[in-house]
Amino acid sequence: MTAGGNVSAGMTGIDELLRGSLDHCVKCTICETQCPVSNVTPLFPGPKYAGPQAERYRVGGEPSVEWSVDYCSGCGICSMSCPQGVKIAEINAQARHKLKREHGIPLRDRLITRPTWLGRAGTPVAPLANFTLGFKPLRVLGEKTLGVHRNGPAPKFAGRRFSRWARGHSGPGTGRRIVYFHGCGTEYYEPWEGQKIVEILEHNGFRVEVPKQDCCGLPLQSSGLFDDARKVVLRLARALAPHVRDDPDTIIVGNATSCTLMLKREAREILGIEGDPDLKLVSERTYDICELLLELHDRGELKTDFRPVDEHIAYHAPCQQQGHYIGKPALELFALIPGLEVSEMNARCCGIAGTYGLKAEKYDIAMAVGADLFAQVEASGAGEVACDSETCRWQITHATGHKSAHPIDYLHRAYGL
Amino acid sequence: MRGELHYDAVVIGAGTAGLVAGARLAEAGARVCVLAKGVGSTHLAPGTIDVLGHAPERVSSPGGALEEFAAAHPDHPYAALGAEIVNDSLQWFLERVADGPLAGYRYVGSLERNHVLPTAIGALRPSALVPETMAAGDAQSGSDRVCVVGSRSLRDFHPALCAANLSHAGIAARAVDIEIEVDRADENALGLARRFDDPDWRKGFAARLALKLQADERVGLPAVLGARDPHGVLADLERRLGRRVFEIPTLPPSVPGMRLFEILRSALRRAGGRLVLGAEVVGHDRSSSRVNAVATHAGGRDVHYAAPWFVLAAGGFASGAIELDSSWATHERVLGLPLRGVPDQTEPRFVAEYLAEQPMSRVGVAVDAELRAEGVENVLVAGAALPGAVSWREGSGEGIALASGSHAANLVLAQAGARTGAAA
Repeated sequence: MTAGGNVSAGMTGIDELLRGSLDHCVKCTICETQCPVSNVTPLFPGPKYAGPQAERYRVGGEPSVEWSVDYCSGCGICSMSCPQGVKIAEINAQARHKLKREHGIPLRDRLITRPTWLGRAGTPVAPLANFTLGFKPLRVLGEKTLGVHRNGPAPKFAGRRFSRWARGHSGPGTGRRIVYFHGCGTEYYEPWEGQKIVEILEHNGFRVEVPKQDCCGLPLQSSGLFDDARKVVLRLARALAPHVRDDPDTIIVGNATSCTLMLKREAREILGIEGDPDLKLVSERTYDICELLLELHDRGELKTDFRPVDEHIAYHAPCQQQGHYIGKPALELFALIPGLEVSEMNARCCGIAGTYGLKAEKYDIAMAVGADLFAQVEASGAGEVACDSETCRWQITHATGHKSAHPIDYLHRAYGL
Repeated sequence: MRGELHYDAVVIGAGTAGLVAGARLAEAGARVCVLAKGVGSTHLAPGTIDVLGHAPERVSSPGGALEEFAAAHPDHPYAALGAEIVNDSLQWFLERVADGPLAGYRYVGSLERNHVLPTAIGALRPSALVPETMAAGDAQSGSDRVCVVGSRSLRDFHPALCAANLSHAGIAARAVDIEIEVDRADENALGLARRFDDPDWRKGFAARLALKLQADERVGLPAVLGARDPHGVLADLERRLGRRVFEIPTLPPSVPGMRLFEILRSALRRAGGRLVLGAEVVGHDRSSSRVNAVATHAGGRDVHYAAPWFVLAAGGFASGAIELDSSWATHERVLGLPLRGVPDQTEPRFVAEYLAEQPMSRVGVAVDAELRAEGVENVLVAGAALPGAVSWREGSGEGIALASGSHAANLVLAQAGARTGAAA
């Protein structure tokens, strides 16, 4: 392949990516039309204002010039939509990080950004933990003391861990190796999603390895805790890299689109980690599950022994899935399932943006952001809502009452596994 | 190969030309993928379909003038395309609007006669097909005076300037300011359009505006009459105000342009075409006379899109797909294709008068008579990437985009059909 574009010289790493892209902004306002947050609240004046414009007043070592960037949810739609390639969301994430460093990080942001701590604490006492999370008086207390909104869509602890199931699971023992990165959502809250993915991969001739693994650091990053996030994502890279290092054909697949995006791109483009060989390797090898299955299908390697699934579902591609810049592979996979009727949602964001919509001061904004999607779900007449990201599914179910599942669920059903 | 996807055709660019090419290919049953660095030019343009407005005098019948114009400009895209494909693509477009996601919304007009619509500064701009929401602004329609309505909340729209210039042009016009409460320093066009979509808000707005109107006046508003339901908003306002109402295009963001994007995007998606945003083409695999695949960054690695056909619709200088670098060299940045219309080293790149035709303005990807990129048999060029046109002066941008996008799709389908036929 020959490179088509020019590369700006004289800058390195994240500087080149972010500040270098800044000068490409022609103030066309396309990002402003796409931003889900600024379109519902004046508290965030929009990606162009907070990003390329305010960035010109941000000087290293000087105080932050404005606070509104804390209201950016980090969905990344601005960067995806920019026709000039400006890394708007990434610039804003850096500014948010700086703001947090200057003004201190609330205890809440230190707590809810640690899914591993929460998961380990909650899993053994799942009934009690779930009761606590569902018990209004305690949630009110949590809102008043911590700033976690009383109505924020808290997940339910499954009470069992996916990794435990994986250790006890005896796979086929033969076939092509693949490494499964399940993430914290599958580990503590939705272990059944992981089981389905393993079964689908095995059905397609893979031998699935599940390395011991931890959080990817995304929640920390999105709350501006970059130093902690860097440690956490590098620890994950150390855990995954040995499993793919010696075999160029082995890849890593994940179902948490925001976590796989952290490995693929954000650790470099937001946290600014350059030159770590483990991270680089993991970044190159990581696939989203639907991305992988579509590619297998393209090569004629995906089994298509699908039974009819006579349902009408809605599909919402979450922002962090869109941030993979691979389109919506789930839709192509759904098209292979006989009987399945799918309404593609054309709304930008559900609002939750990981932990954004859990925060007391942002809950209402998140619900307003998602209102468009929720209305489209209702209008579609669909039963369930397929969506690749777990926090988005919880938000959709919280707001609409519709059951929500990962796209993989429908493939699993169609395979009759 | 790992990281490779195969399509019947890959379109590069999600402006009007790219979306039209993609939608028409998909409608004919091709497996098509539209790759785009970001959202295209639609959001920045007025949303009208300009076919031929100035040649160089104002054109009253674009259909009638097209042949003569093409004959006089043998290097212009219209010379290769011809009037028939222009007309066909307009008909196709009208049908897609009618079947599109905005209930009741339609475009009006034809190649027979240009509308003459006021711009935001009150200049008059000829256009062949216009959204129904703009039609009543036509300077040729009716003798009623124009009341240009603005609000300080929309800072880039100046009703007094617009009305004064319309009056200079012989159209009786006056300006009215109306207070629109917003919860921030100012509001962009999309923010106001969302308010207009709300029936209760609209009712209040219409009641306040009605007090300021005089008899025998039509109402020109900035183009903010609804992002979701422009047809309903227009009908409701006209009913409540008892007179004709029309939109005047704004500075970006353009709400009618966003509607246009939704209509074309929906046509592509409904036909089963893929759209991948954030997918800047960063490399390509080429053998001597063919492009085999293009690459996009997708996180830590590249995704390769392989196809027997590529449609290059990435735009020209404005989008950055063609650039003039600091050493005064021009490049086509997507596939590295040769350009046409670049002035010689010894000739000036620019002339002093800003609004004159600039020497670089006809630069585009060098193409053959079928609009195939020179030297590459499977790359077709569409839209602003084509050489030979100065679309902003001619008022020809959308006509070229629709027709060349359609032409590219037709050519791919004919060639693919011929190949299938030969194989059978």
